[in-house]
Amino acid sequence: MLYRETGDFKVSYRDDQQTFPIIQDRWLFWGMLAVAFLVIPFIIDDYWEKSIVLPFLVFSLAAIGLNILTGYCGLLSLGTGGFMAVGAYASYKLMTAFPELNIVIVILLSGGVTAAVGMFFGLPSLRIKGFYLAVATLAAQFFLVWLFNKVPWFYNYSATGQITAPERSIFGFAVTGPEATPAATYLFCLAFVTVLALVAKNLIRGRIGRSWMSIRDMDIAAEIIGVPPMRTKLSAFAVSSFYIGIAGALYFTVWFGAAEPTEAFGINQSFLVLFMVIIGGLGSMLGSFLGAAFMVLLPIVLKNIMVGGFDVLPVLAKHVEITLVGSLIIFFLIVEPHGLARLWSIAKEKMRLWPFPH
Amino acid sequence: MSYLIETILSGLLAGVMYSLVALGFVLIFKASQIFNFAQGVLCLFAALTLASLMLGNTPFSELLHTLGLPNDWMPVVPIWIAVPITILVMIGLAFVIERFVLRYLVNQEPIILFMATIGLAYVLEGMGDLMWGSDVKPLSVGLPEGALDWMFDRFDIYVDKLEIAAAVVATVLVIALSLFSQYTRIGRALRAVADDHQAALSVGISLRTIWIIVWSIAGFVALVAGTMWGAKSGVQFSLSLIALKALPVLILGGFTSIPGAILGGLIIGVGEKLAELYAGPYIGGAIENWFAYVLALAFLLVRPQGLFGERIIERV
Repeated sequence: MLYRETGDFKVSYRDDQQTFPIIQDRWLFWGMLAVAFLVIPFIIDDYWEKSIVLPFLVFSLAAIGLNILTGYCGLLSLGTGGFMAVGAYASYKLMTAFPELNIVIVILLSGGVTAAVGMFFGLPSLRIKGFYLAVATLAAQFFLVWLFNKVPWFYNYSATGQITAPERSIFGFAVTGPEATPAATYLFCLAFVTVLALVAKNLIRGRIGRSWMSIRDMDIAAEIIGVPPMRTKLSAFAVSSFYIGIAGALYFTVWFGAAEPTEAFGINQSFLVLFMVIIGGLGSMLGSFLGAAFMVLLPIVLKNIMVGGFDVLPVLAKHVEITLVGSLIIFFLIVEPHGLARLWSIAKEKMRLWPFPH
Repeated sequence: MSYLIETILSGLLAGVMYSLVALGFVLIFKASQIFNFAQGVLCLFAALTLASLMLGNTPFSELLHTLGLPNDWMPVVPIWIAVPITILVMIGLAFVIERFVLRYLVNQEPIILFMATIGLAYVLEGMGDLMWGSDVKPLSVGLPEGALDWMFDRFDIYVDKLEIAAAVVATVLVIALSLFSQYTRIGRALRAVADDHQAALSVGISLRTIWIIVWSIAGFVALVAGTMWGAKSGVQFSLSLIALKALPVLILGGFTSIPGAILGGLIIGVGEKLAELYAGPYIGGAIENWFAYVLALAFLLVRPQGLFGERIIERV
């Protein structure tokens, strides 16, 4: 009754091809943007910023990046953590080498650096695929983390081997460093996520996105009908790494403000983002956000229930938490292997028929 | 010269240890096309169970303590009982995995199955810690240790007895496995399933039973590998990371080949030690983490299906 395309007539090609063809979807989208930009900045506090909202935004970007590569182009990658590290270290080097450079440009440039690195490590994908490729991307993961640990140039010869983000501001508001307010960092990340998500959504609808999907569905057939595999696969690696690099740069500069490669960008980070993509839904933009929200909230909720509700010892709670997270992941894969995005589209289908299901 | 030989020898022996882990991967991948990321944690879990039984730790002692129940009623179990118990635990685990995970994921895409095994790895890791605690446990199963004296005296080469023992055990294991798969009824069924799932089903082989058997065997191999690694460096969480060591071995040898896993392990072991010796000092050392991957990658560019992997034939 409420949600259907009936009566929403399209009278021009432009109307027909817009990003959200159904009017209720458009309302929902604009409504959510309005809440995100106009309401949340006034109610956000430090805890929400650091442990829920920023992780969600940063990991959404990383998940979009990985979804482009794995969900849309069918190339399985386990090097996400390493590429995030490239973004983080690129932003650190740029910030310290050119102090007057605007932070927005720094972050975009570090995305560009990561894209170049990603293309280099994407080269094996021209020859190998499937799990062989997944293991090959692990080479990138371990090599990059090792590089940032071993070469002092990357961390400016600091004694601890850590990198710390200097303070930068935009329109007079500090967005990095200890002075930054929750609202400023939140809006800064949100702006990046909104713009980049829209760009990604439109890339996927266009020629490039279709060539990615044709490679994913059957690469030989795609090659025969004239999709150049090299350009397509490398462009998928480049775009995906660009997003992941920006996520890494935001992760380091805005969210944590300091980082150390082994802990912050280890292989667990790669798995975490892959889980987000799979649980959210492979090949779905919405899925990237849902998956990120799910994986960010799940440990927090479990911990609060156990430590707050049942008074379990924190050490014990940690073990129970790992077990529960693992079981819930398996449970989700069994119940809905196509992810939360599929659940949402089933719900929409139901809403379309409601209240007359037959 | 003797230093070079020593390096190569220790590389070969380290390679055997990698092969032991890779073997479990190959068995499961052949039988079910599942890329079992949990194999490393399986090793940890098996070694943890064996070590804790021999130390007389009570399962779930912290949890029992929290609930106010008695938590020190386990006797110290001698090794000849502890090993069968651990094998039984691993078989039980195979049942549980088949019953609660694999059964529902038949015919899913490989990536979904892969993610499920990562989930499984989390569960096993958490369960291992919950049951036995997360402290480092010593594990001595009576394997010889220390330098092999006559090699040291005559050629001035240091070889660890434990690694020789591991090589012997690995050889025995591989021979036993190949005899099992060649000459027994179950072994033939296993090979049939590996060859063609549907054809195997159509002649009346039960896939579920086969999966339980394969996961049990993988659990047993994990126990052997875990025991060897545990005897070397104590049973602790880092043991689960040896799975990451076995992955380059796998892509080098091919996911579907047992000889590939063995030879791949040896190549990686030697290559790693030689690289650490010759290239390590120039580029800062500690390259063990990624060198194996780069070696395997360079190899893959020449032969995309690995050393002995089945040739990939693609049709539109």
